[in-house]
Amino acid sequence: MREHYLAQALFDLPVGDYAEAAEDWLTTTFSWLFGTISDLVAWIVEQAEWLLTEPPVLLTLALFVVLAAVATRSWKLPAFTAVTFYFVYAMGIYIEMMETLALVAVATVLAVAIGIPFGVWAARSDRVSSTLKPILDFMQTMPSFIYLLLAVVFFGIGRVPGVMSALIFSMPPAVRLTELGIRQVDHEVVEAAEAFGARPREVLTGVQLPLARASIMAGVNQVIMLALSMVVIAGLGGAGGLGALVVRAVTSMNIGLGIEGGLGVVVLAIFLDRVTAAFGRENRSRRGGDTQVDEQSTTQAEDAGSDVDEQTRPVAAS
Amino acid sequence: MTKLHVHGLTKVFGPRPVRGVELMKQGQSRQEIFERTGNLLAVADVDLDIEAGELFVIMGLSGSGKSTVIRMLNRLIEPTEGTVELDGERIDQLNAAQLRRVRQRKLSMVFQHFALFPHRTVGENAAYGLKVQGVGEDERRQRAVEALDTVGLGDRVDAYPNELSGGMQQRVGLARGLATKADILLMDEPFSALDPLIRRDMQDLLAELQSDLNRTIVFITHDLNEAMRLGDRICVLKDGHVVQVGTGPEIIDNPANRYVADFVSDVDRSRVLTAEQIMRKPRRTFGPDDSTRDVLDWLDDNESNGVYVLDGDGAILGVARDDKVAEGLRARVSTIRDLLIDDYATATHDTLLSDLAALAARNPVPIAVTDEEGRLLGVVPRAHLLAALSNDEEVVADA
Repeated sequence: MREHYLAQALFDLPVGDYAEAAEDWLTTTFSWLFGTISDLVAWIVEQAEWLLTEPPVLLTLALFVVLAAVATRSWKLPAFTAVTFYFVYAMGIYIEMMETLALVAVATVLAVAIGIPFGVWAARSDRVSSTLKPILDFMQTMPSFIYLLLAVVFFGIGRVPGVMSALIFSMPPAVRLTELGIRQVDHEVVEAAEAFGARPREVLTGVQLPLARASIMAGVNQVIMLALSMVVIAGLGGAGGLGALVVRAVTSMNIGLGIEGGLGVVVLAIFLDRVTAAFGRENRSRRGGDTQVDEQSTTQAEDAGSDVDEQTRPVAAS
Repeated sequence: MTKLHVHGLTKVFGPRPVRGVELMKQGQSRQEIFERTGNLLAVADVDLDIEAGELFVIMGLSGSGKSTVIRMLNRLIEPTEGTVELDGERIDQLNAAQLRRVRQRKLSMVFQHFALFPHRTVGENAAYGLKVQGVGEDERRQRAVEALDTVGLGDRVDAYPNELSGGMQQRVGLARGLATKADILLMDEPFSALDPLIRRDMQDLLAELQSDLNRTIVFITHDLNEAMRLGDRICVLKDGHVVQVGTGPEIIDNPANRYVADFVSDVDRSRVLTAEQIMRKPRRTFGPDDSTRDVLDWLDDNESNGVYVLDGDGAILGVARDDKVAEGLRARVSTIRDLLIDDYATATHDTLLSDLAALAARNPVPIAVTDEEGRLLGVVPRAHLLAALSNDEEVVADA
């Protein structure tokens, strides 16, 4: 009889029960913390939403076109932006797209603000790097729905769990590509800064970060794409925006609504991708030639980054 | 005056460097230490005394530890053991802030692959050391332009490094090293990434700058010709050990061992050896009052076509050449005083063999080697010069 219980204990680990117990304990012990975070994030998202939805549509649309022009210095993306954003407006889902954009923006800013310092830290210490690696792997491979589930448990339903799950899901590329970018800066160039007596901080901000810029921007680009895909899924958790449209379409088998919401996501994804990619390349065009650093980081970023295919991923998610 | 005093400098890379040092002190070789402990003995017990104003070359093949040595001088690599003294100050004992200060003020560096900051302009690159020192922007730019002027790039201040050729980029690297006015310039194979013609230009530029600026320069190279061309003294490194220190001609004349001898066997001797090493005493000289007959007889006996005629102080008056002397004898001129011609070439003790060869080609009479006052120190006959150029060690040894 006893052997039977032992065997059961060994081969039938109730990990789920443990997780629930841990969750119970966390929610009760740190309810003040989750409450504070929740209030803060909710407030930030509201401000972002207000900024994007309150001004006249024509004004925000014009600003997006200008942003596209500044980023790419070409007429193609601005023209594309004007046409597709108008198209979204004409479908009557412009406000939803702006709500989604607000969530993406807040999640991205937070993910980058946390991810880049960790990337810097990992670049400076092999031990930190090898500690972070499995954690990042875990974060990237855990199914995204689970983050949403956890976020809803800790933060209730609404926009906050959307932002929080997107934050966790999208942070890894910011860490990885920052670390990669800094590590691949020519060792001799770093030595040169040190040889002239630069402080570690001066080496970081004056040499390593600027030269890792292309790689870091590739990371930011991926963060945005991942955040967008997560924010759409977060429609299930009541995050609103295009996600809400898509969820409603799926649950009511409404093909028309689904296509409309999906197209909105595609338009937003293409816009965000092209603009951030252009900011990553800006260095190259200004200096009028290819530099080793830029070339390397762009190619390696594609290899080392997560499996996001910038256009299909958000659509697949929706 | 000793500027930089290095004693017992040792670097062991690997998990247990101290054990590596112990084994080194027991006389084990790099190979043995690596096999027993997995530690790499990169630099082994190096002693150097580098004089102020000297261009000191550290030469060795790859793996000889030369880059590690130079990086231990400014502690880009921390020594495992040993001391580095700059103007009597122990560099190896400085804390981080003190070390930064010394790097800012006293030690600058030029790198093999230039190591320019690609996101800064040429002017900002040249001014980097000043920026780190906290020099204000206007003065920084002005001093950067000055430094760029000395390397001939004053008009490219606002260009970006990738708009310049390799040689020009290294000029910027050199300007960056000069701009801080540091006493010591560390140069880590600065010209080896350049193609040969540009390399030659840069060597000339450095030699010229050095004669004006008189910095103390520690120069790393794997190219013996470059070492011989530039170095006041040369240190030959092998497997982290100092094999020989000396001037170029000393090393060629008197290699410390088989390794150095092999190393110098294919050096371009004509650019290293000087008149001093191959000149010899003239077989005979005459005075202006010697008789025409005697001189002609001597020339005849010795199958020579000319001989130097000196005054009482040993200064050259001219050459008595066989055809002129014979003419004089026919015209019954009694002494050679009025028969002298000045169709001869002179050189100083430090004239390179390559330059002597050009002189010898134009003059049948042996080249005269003179001191500052024009006194004859010795002669270099053409055959002797050719023998020296053809790597005949006897010639050099005899002289």
